[in-house]
Amino acid sequence: MRMFALKRRTFLTAAAVAVAGCGVRGAAPGYRVLSEVEVKALEEWCEALIPADQDGGATDARVVRFIDIQLTRKYRMLLPKYREAVAAFARYRGSKPGLRVEEVLASMEAGKCPHEFFTDGGKAAFEMVLGHAMQGFYGSPRHGGNREYVSWRMLGVPVSPVRGRQQYTIADGGKV
Amino acid sequence: MTLPGVHAVVIGAGAAGPIVAKELAFAGFKTVLLERGKWNTPADCLKDDLRNQRTSVLGHPFGPDDEGNPRVVVESKGQLRVVEPSGSGYSNNAACVGGGTLSYGAMAWRFHPNDFRMRSVYGALVPRAFENSTLEDWPITYDDLEPFYEKAEWEIGVSGDDSTNPFKGERKKALPMPPLPPSREHEVLWNGAKKLGLHPFHIPMLRNTVPYGGRQGCMRCRWCVGFACEVDAKCGTQNTVLPRALATGNLELRTECHVQQVVVDDQGKATGVRYFDSKGQLQDQPARIVIVSASAIESARLLLNSKSKLFPNGLGNRTDWVGRNLQGHMYTGAMGLLAEDCYDDLGPGASIAICDFSHGNSGLAGGAMLANEFIRLPYQAIGNRAPGVPRWGAAHKDYMRKNYRRMVVVQGPTQEIPVADMRVEVDPVVRDKFGIPVARLSGEKHPHTVEVGNAMAEKADAWLKASGAVTTWMRTGGRGTSGGQHQAGTCRMGHDPKRSVVDANCRVHDVDNVYVVDGSVHVTNGGFNPALTIMALAFRAGAHIASTRHDVIA
Repeated sequence: MRMFALKRRTFLTAAAVAVAGCGVRGAAPGYRVLSEVEVKALEEWCEALIPADQDGGATDARVVRFIDIQLTRKYRMLLPKYREAVAAFARYRGSKPGLRVEEVLASMEAGKCPHEFFTDGGKAAFEMVLGHAMQGFYGSPRHGGNREYVSWRMLGVPVSPVRGRQQYTIADGGKV
Repeated sequence: MTLPGVHAVVIGAGAAGPIVAKELAFAGFKTVLLERGKWNTPADCLKDDLRNQRTSVLGHPFGPDDEGNPRVVVESKGQLRVVEPSGSGYSNNAACVGGGTLSYGAMAWRFHPNDFRMRSVYGALVPRAFENSTLEDWPITYDDLEPFYEKAEWEIGVSGDDSTNPFKGERKKALPMPPLPPSREHEVLWNGAKKLGLHPFHIPMLRNTVPYGGRQGCMRCRWCVGFACEVDAKCGTQNTVLPRALATGNLELRTECHVQQVVVDDQGKATGVRYFDSKGQLQDQPARIVIVSASAIESARLLLNSKSKLFPNGLGNRTDWVGRNLQGHMYTGAMGLLAEDCYDDLGPGASIAICDFSHGNSGLAGGAMLANEFIRLPYQAIGNRAPGVPRWGAAHKDYMRKNYRRMVVVQGPTQEIPVADMRVEVDPVVRDKFGIPVARLSGEKHPHTVEVGNAMAEKADAWLKASGAVTTWMRTGGRGTSGGQHQAGTCRMGHDPKRSVVDANCRVHDVDNVYVVDGSVHVTNGGFNPALTIMALAFRAGAHIASTRHDVIA
């Protein structure tokens, strides 16, 4: 059984690497579906949600990479919503000189963005990205975020759960 | 095609099915056990914080698959929502061999004697709990079930120590295994409870703490509730009664088999079941006895989908009681921050409980057992925010850094007041991947359930404060449709065929060879996790069938 499990996982890892190597046309290098412009905007968005301080933030944890991967898997149906949300975020962000990203996000959270950018004031897009950013930051590194267990180190949670483990799937610090 | 007939067919290999199957196999009944999921093993434990049976934001490993198994949820304003199994409101229970017992937290509660007598105890004291409710006594008592609780505790394996709990029903035999040594949080809460004059004790758990049943003890890792145990220390039906039953040679387990209906002839007698096998082929399995153990939502759905000449509205549903009285548990409680770090990274986390408020709360019908929560995984902790803490940004991150190791949660499953209109029906439109109509869930909790839940949150808050929490805040619940993993009540047990679905031995009133054995038959669902009660009922029903249905194997 154990041999079988290892073989299966080796295969899955290989399959994941193969998929990672061939993003859709227009995807940023190393990404699967998000374009360079989208990655840049989303990184700014996520970094404001979880900023770096003495501990790493969303960018260090590669939260956007987590989102990019999930947009080909569990969240694949959300890709159009993501593209729309990120574009609207970027337009609103650039609409007024000196507008800080934290202000943009606070108005989205309150549902008070101008309707020319978000018809619902930004609430739905804010909640979607907040949920996924937290997953990418605090979740298991096997999904492409929480690089080198950055959040677990911050919380003081042991990062090498070796007590009695019978198998490992987190190779190379969780890089998929 | 039509397969060779057997004495008994059991539908569902969860908490109850394998127990009934074992009792029958040991008594010489040729039995087939059908399970719609797979047989997962400890090697399938991936310790994935985002993909498990409790936190399923990226799906769940033990089924049902998100593809092809929808349910319909009726929102409070009447809108219909189609939900996939990992979605909110689905009330998912793992679909695999062992069912929820493969990945549960494994609390092993006996219900309180009063839980079986809610009308007798509260009928005169708390009349408002009976307005528009179906709150009722069980047709059996705690004493009827006691020997079978004991059997479950010893055959499946329970650790813990409830000797300091004066509020429990009489126990004839101590638990077979001792509790785990206390964690730091356990000690802090123990002292706090003592300060208030409460009666803390070690939670009984279906978990090895020492080698038992050929498997090792718990290694105290962080990934417990929602996960299969990678060292197989948790005791479920899949690693206890099922292998023993298979070893008799009288039981055949068939996995990835979806039952479409119980087949009933024109005389109103079941002749077997019709199911889709692992290749999607429709099979007829004749059987002299049919036992439905598919969990409260799926058992009700199956009966409702089993239409025949005498039962045009579904098997056992002559009086429209199948699917009604859906219950679960309203979890309420309190969270707090201790003055000092209390995190020692020792699982499973939940370890200490009190039953001081299970009953006897002035003006309230019932109550809840209160216990500390399972060890928090980092992603799960982001919701444990003190009032006023933002959900994002530098302040949120700083809050997590400073307080993660000081968080403590105490909560409990409030005994719900059953209502006829919280129910399972079959949806007229939506079907699963086999074309079988899916379950539709609707209804609101009784207002008294919310009242009791609020009172329990206050008790939990006081316990945290007495334990030295510097900040506390309560978590209460609303009236949304119940169910969840503790789903129960949809095929009520009772003496009166007009107001129940099965008799005191779990046999469907109108049909002498169909039994429902799982949480469906619970009249009320106790103020406790229901797994051990489901197991005890299964041992009782199994013993009853084996001893009274010799006609079947003669």
